[in-house]
Amino acid sequence: MKTLIRGGHLIDPKTSRDGIYDILIEDSVIREVSDAIRKTDGKTQVVDASGCIVAPGLIDVHCHLREPGFEYKETILTGTSAAVRGGFTTIVCMANTDPVNDSRSVTEFIIDKARTEGKCKVLPCGAITRGLKGEELAEIGEMFSAGIIAISDDGRSVRNAGLMRKALEYAKTFKIPVISHCEDTMLSGGYVHEGTASLLNGLEGIPAIAEELMVQRDIAIARYVDAPIHITHISTGGSVDIIQTARKTFRKVACDTCPHYFSLTDEATLTFDTNTKVNPPLRSGKDVEAIKEGLRKGVIDIIATDHAPHEYTSKDVEFDLATFGISGFETAFALSLNLVREGVLDMAELLKKMTANPAKLLGVDSGTIAEGAPADIIIFDPDREWTVDRNLFLSKGKNTPFHGAALRGRNLFTMVDGKIMFNELK
Amino acid sequence: MNWKRKDLLDIRDLSKEEMLFILDTAESFKDISKREIKKVPTLRGKTVITLFYEPSTRTRTSFEIAAKRLSADTINISANTSSATKGESLKDTARNLESMRPDAIVIRHSMPGAPHMLARILDSSIINGGDGSHEHPTQALLDLFTIREKKGRTDGLKIVMVGDIAHSRVARSNIFSLKNFGNEVICCGPPTMIPPHIETLGVHVEYDLEKAVRNADVIMMLRIQKERGGTKYIPSTKEYSTLYGLTKKHVDRAADDVIVMHPGPMNRGIEIMDEVADGPSSVILDQVENGVAVRMAILYLLIGGEP
Repeated sequence: MKTLIRGGHLIDPKTSRDGIYDILIEDSVIREVSDAIRKTDGKTQVVDASGCIVAPGLIDVHCHLREPGFEYKETILTGTSAAVRGGFTTIVCMANTDPVNDSRSVTEFIIDKARTEGKCKVLPCGAITRGLKGEELAEIGEMFSAGIIAISDDGRSVRNAGLMRKALEYAKTFKIPVISHCEDTMLSGGYVHEGTASLLNGLEGIPAIAEELMVQRDIAIARYVDAPIHITHISTGGSVDIIQTARKTFRKVACDTCPHYFSLTDEATLTFDTNTKVNPPLRSGKDVEAIKEGLRKGVIDIIATDHAPHEYTSKDVEFDLATFGISGFETAFALSLNLVREGVLDMAELLKKMTANPAKLLGVDSGTIAEGAPADIIIFDPDREWTVDRNLFLSKGKNTPFHGAALRGRNLFTMVDGKIMFNELK
Repeated sequence: MNWKRKDLLDIRDLSKEEMLFILDTAESFKDISKREIKKVPTLRGKTVITLFYEPSTRTRTSFEIAAKRLSADTINISANTSSATKGESLKDTARNLESMRPDAIVIRHSMPGAPHMLARILDSSIINGGDGSHEHPTQALLDLFTIREKKGRTDGLKIVMVGDIAHSRVARSNIFSLKNFGNEVICCGPPTMIPPHIETLGVHVEYDLEKAVRNADVIMMLRIQKERGGTKYIPSTKEYSTLYGLTKKHVDRAADDVIVMHPGPMNRGIEIMDEVADGPSSVILDQVENGVAVRMAILYLLIGGEP
């Protein structure tokens, strides 16, 4: 089976290609990339990408698929359907399912389910500690042999510093990233950013230092044991500064942020809209600017979604009681494209943070459009205007603070391993 | 002016004109409570529900009396007698109540934004009777009414608020109203009870009570919010009392005609001493009396139809 993607503007950060190219795909692999591929046999499927940008499929290092256990929030089928619509071809799902992904059997279940029902590549992230309880290490080696790509107790920090040290050391054997959600819960325990929102609304605050102290701690531990660490979903200017400073003497620190941390400030929470409730919380205007600056300077390597779908009823309650999280797959790319229009990043830089950089973190061979690479490809129109309608989400999670927002830029076509999984061209 | 709002949710939303309009309307109602027959037919045939998820003496009684003096029918629901204990959600409770077609629902809740949630889903007028640490708009309005009554104005005053500012909805609502009218507001309390960034609201912070009260026109005392973990922020109530309990000595440092206010319930001997609570500067019971008139005005404006 051959597919020819013709006439599109290819931007591939890894190979630095930026121009009109044709791409020939055979089965699941990219066979040829050149200025003009004319010869096609009658059986070749031709996709006209003219007027659009062609890029490697996006890679998300942080999402929640909720299966097993919370199928009423999302399933591997609905989550990956939303992902491919959003332009993602590889996604890393966090371990906070029920049961927690802290054992070989759960990892195998997710991988099997994704193979049969998934629309894109699903790489499970295993728990650092059994049951995410922060008390003892999970069977990381067992999960690794079953296919986990990383470990994380996402949703919380490993509170015991000694245990975090052991996790960072232990993970070295498998050369998998340790992804850290940084939050000192002795300082947090609130619902919105401690600042304007908590001051005006009287909601309990989550101060920036709850994140920053833990970023400091985890980098210090990683440095001490000389192990790589990936700090996920950073939301404050302080975190950007800490990571930038640490990197000068310790290269093994990487980090990501999410579209909502550079798109919304804590003022969005003033209406008590529970769809703005997310952890870490939406921060101040100054933090938002610092996050953008961190992206521009390259301190923040990766943009992740932290896609966190929830059922309607868990958000349709008092703000204090509502679940944390934003359903992000179907808005993440358009929100990120704003960075290009605002001049924070150019298109290649943005795509690098959503393709080549996450591929490098995870050690996968996708994230590029080159001969021999897996045929994970998207075609998008960076200027297509559309209005977010959560009721049209393929994700079960309709929990978005961007409902009704006018966005620009839309993914139109997603190919995973040579198969067209989403097509809205024409 | 014409009143256009369906709900009364927070002071931060109100303009000076709206607040003064409520106060002026309240003036005309204050009289009714002094008559022998304390009832007018203004809200006959209207139904007011008070839905209280937190204990209250003053606010609920005040609303009930206000409604009854306007001839509305009132129903009181408190969380311990309602379905809340059976696990019914606030939204479901509210929608069930709405099916019985009340005209107004006064809600008190421990969580900020609960009244806003009801306002979004119900057609009835929603009145915020206090939502967690967020706002207590009717308290701020009756406080403003009392200040105007005693001081003859609502602006240019030096007002000191003392206590747990961070967890006090009374403090928040009063800061919004009093700053809107251009008063000097000083927040005084232990630093653990002063929320970060409060200066952005245009208030000053002074940790020393003796300094804070100097030349004050109004001293507003606040209660330690035990139910919101208020005691975690201080070593002991005894120490708090020593540092922040209002004594006659403090009152003497304030302006000669200072008034001392307290939203109640008072913890005598902790934040306020008997000599002050019962002293000549105290207007604490005037606040309670005025609360009825202000709440009559609010009910009238929200559900009374055309003036």
